[in-house]
Amino acid sequence: MYSTIYSGALQGVLAYLVSVEVDAAKGLPAFYMVGSLSTEVRESRERVWVALKNVGIDLPPCRITVNLSPADRKKEGTAFDLPIAVGMLAALGMIPPRAAEGCLFLGELGLDGELKKVRGVLPIVQAAAEGGIRQCIVPGANAREGAVIPGVTVRGAGNILDIMHFLTADETERERILPTVSVDTGSLFLRAEDEAGESEPDFSQVTGQETARRGAEIAAAGFHNLLMVGPPGAGKSMIAKRIPGILPPLTLEESLEVTAVVSVAGLLEEGEALVTRRPFRSPHHTITQAALIGGSSTPKPGMISLAHRGVLFLDELPEFQRASLDALRQPLEERRVNIARASGNVTYPSDFMLVCAMNPCPCGYYPDTKRCSCTGPQVKKYMGKVSGPILDRIDLCVELQPVDYESLKSRARGEGSGEIRRRVEAARKLQRERFAGSPYRFNGDIEASAMGKYCRLGEAQQRCMEQLYASLQLSARAYHRILRVARTIADLEAAAEIEIPHLMEASFYRPSMDYWGH
Amino acid sequence: MDYREWKERERMYACWLCNFSGIGNGQMYRLLELCGGPEALYLAGKDKWGQVLSEKQVQALAEYTAKWRPEAEYRKMREEGIRLLTIEDEEYPERLKNIPDAPYGLFLRGNLPGADAPAVALIGARECSEYGRYVARQLGTALGRRGITVISGMARGIDGIGQEAAMEAGGYSIGVLGSGVDVCYPAQNKDIYTKLLRTGAVLSTYPLGTPARPQNFPPRNRIVSGLADAVVVIEARVKSGTLITVDMALEQGREVYVVPGRVTDRLSDGCNRLIKQGAGVLLSPETFLEEIRQLWQKGGRRMPEGAASRRRKEKSVSSDASRDQGRKSGRKEEGREPGPELQVSFGREAAPEDLGLARLYQALDFYPRSLEEIRRNLPEEYSEKQIVAGLMQLCMENLAIQMSPGHFCCKKT
Repeated sequence: MYSTIYSGALQGVLAYLVSVEVDAAKGLPAFYMVGSLSTEVRESRERVWVALKNVGIDLPPCRITVNLSPADRKKEGTAFDLPIAVGMLAALGMIPPRAAEGCLFLGELGLDGELKKVRGVLPIVQAAAEGGIRQCIVPGANAREGAVIPGVTVRGAGNILDIMHFLTADETERERILPTVSVDTGSLFLRAEDEAGESEPDFSQVTGQETARRGAEIAAAGFHNLLMVGPPGAGKSMIAKRIPGILPPLTLEESLEVTAVVSVAGLLEEGEALVTRRPFRSPHHTITQAALIGGSSTPKPGMISLAHRGVLFLDELPEFQRASLDALRQPLEERRVNIARASGNVTYPSDFMLVCAMNPCPCGYYPDTKRCSCTGPQVKKYMGKVSGPILDRIDLCVELQPVDYESLKSRARGEGSGEIRRRVEAARKLQRERFAGSPYRFNGDIEASAMGKYCRLGEAQQRCMEQLYASLQLSARAYHRILRVARTIADLEAAAEIEIPHLMEASFYRPSMDYWGH
Repeated sequence: MDYREWKERERMYACWLCNFSGIGNGQMYRLLELCGGPEALYLAGKDKWGQVLSEKQVQALAEYTAKWRPEAEYRKMREEGIRLLTIEDEEYPERLKNIPDAPYGLFLRGNLPGADAPAVALIGARECSEYGRYVARQLGTALGRRGITVISGMARGIDGIGQEAAMEAGGYSIGVLGSGVDVCYPAQNKDIYTKLLRTGAVLSTYPLGTPARPQNFPPRNRIVSGLADAVVVIEARVKSGTLITVDMALEQGREVYVVPGRVTDRLSDGCNRLIKQGAGVLLSPETFLEEIRQLWQKGGRRMPEGAASRRRKEKSVSSDASRDQGRKSGRKEEGREPGPELQVSFGREAAPEDLGLARLYQALDFYPRSLEEIRRNLPEEYSEKQIVAGLMQLCMENLAIQMSPGHFCCKKT
């Protein structure tokens, strides 16, 4: 007999439906699997066979053929165990013929028949909903994740036997055996906000460092990339960790995108429905290019995609491999990354805010001549390790001061993250209005060609820029960066036009290689 | 063979000798004395050489000589505008002749000044502060305007800044290199190097093409001080090449002047220690120039006409009005005192007009100050934003420099 069961597979962060076709025929006992399968899918033959035996289902000797269609796309992962098992039961007539119709199955089987969590449930359920499937049965650990998608009934199961009971039962019994899982997304976000108040790192814990705080605020408001320079122990990572907290909270749409990436990477925690906090990813500087950008022979999302809609923090920037940093260029520009491998071509989102930190020189105290013992060429060489193209994409640079005893003792609490976030949100609202109908979203996106339109200067301001251009020996790039940042500063003050103080402040934060070339 | 032809031949073989890096200056003298001259030395052969040199050295010299084509190499050198001065040459700087271990040969690119002008060596740290930078610039300018030759090592920091300022002020400068004269080290001083070729000279005892090596610098320092009548130390750490030069200067009997610094600045520690040991203290360009003048005139020599007074003279010839002006400006004696408009001094005369900015300017220092330190020097009513905007305003008006994203120092023009 023959049966078809729906399942799904991943392509990047998107999913497509796969039909699992199982045929059971008379003949010498055998088990064939076809359809562009990777090793772990091929191995599911053993898992399914043994799992079914161990839960007490007696399989008659027969010749079984499994095809995963479309057969020309590479299938990966362990989620096909369950659909294959259900397909076999249907093909062997152990469940009623139409019982599994219109239902999508996902799950890995243990040898004892237990269902284990799999990757990418959220995008697959989403694809199922779009494909008109009304019911999905997934491992219990993934049920809440799938239940976020509206319009689909998602049920979580713990064991293959439960599923068999469910499929053999009549409509009325079904809900009792595997209840529908539902998630209230609205309350999820509310709860996230409550929790944030207590455990989340807050800017009020940062004492002093006025310019760094201000720099972080401007960067967050205009979605500019930020570089922090400072001696060891000044609190660079402390500030970086607090930046997600001053970004506006995730919207549901953004949250779905973030959750999809995390789910595809298999990093979603058991029972977690949605990622409701902005991601903060801080890879160690020994990270390889593939781990940062994504890839390996079978593409997986890299750090930059896991930081999607959040902050990617690169501490000790000069220590990173140059090749890895250079590879950040395209994702920073296009806000997504395209990974082409022999096995396929995938695109992952990578719309992140880049925050970098570094010491100014090998000893960490330049340009404090009293403490810094580095020579000019040493400082220059250290700086030279940072890829120029990456520095070109950083709009703001702030320097942190070593924390002195006075400020440690004073414990004067700075402004809290909530306060700053309100200003950031107001500035972002202005940007949304300004860029409605344009390809840009934030001031940080404005390209040189659109400067005239969005960063128009009055006559006095233009004269001021001219003078700055000459005395600071700016480059064209630096000039545009100052304008972009000045626009954000003006937005933070709700000023319609860019004024001279805005330009002055923006030029203060300009990153420049000249500092280290002295 | 007439004298000039003979002299040229001797130079050709001196070029052979000086381009060999395996023997010391002392050995060179002994070899020449033994053989009677460069050509004779060239022809003498291994046995004679062996009386002064070790076996290894003889071997190396023989190998070198086998490859060296004296005529072609000498011609090539001359075509590049490089000359070789030996201690027997008239042009060989008089001051240098009298120092202990005076180098036998000097490669020269550019032109040496006449012996009728005093020379001062400006030396100091490579990693100098804005303070040192400023003092070096002012002193270089002052010396350049008065027609006093500035000698230095063309290094990063104090050396190069002083030399460049002197040349820009119309003065004359000599760079003594620790590499071959055809090698510009450090590469970032390419501008100064080319300027020196035009309005000064570069000197070196090292064979052509020698790269800069750390061990080359201490020996070249004796030439820096040897060429000068006085040595000025602008900024120096306690352990530094600058202090080696000072030791040599004292050995050679040169006057040593020191620019004092603060006791808390590591970069001035060397200077302050020299002062404690009794070195001359340099407090202003004017007093220093006066002391140099006295030093120079003790020997019955006349001070040169500075570039400044030369320029003034040209002006006064061209128009009567400017002659009157020149008189009014209080010029005392032709070629002695530059008019006040051309005098160089240390001072904080530059100040922004705006009162708030002036207050901010005063909170700055020659050493980079962090925003925190700047704020500590300001009344409390200054807000963070005001300080930041004000500092950038100062940078815009070229009164301050942003040394790093959070450090500023003041700048004088």
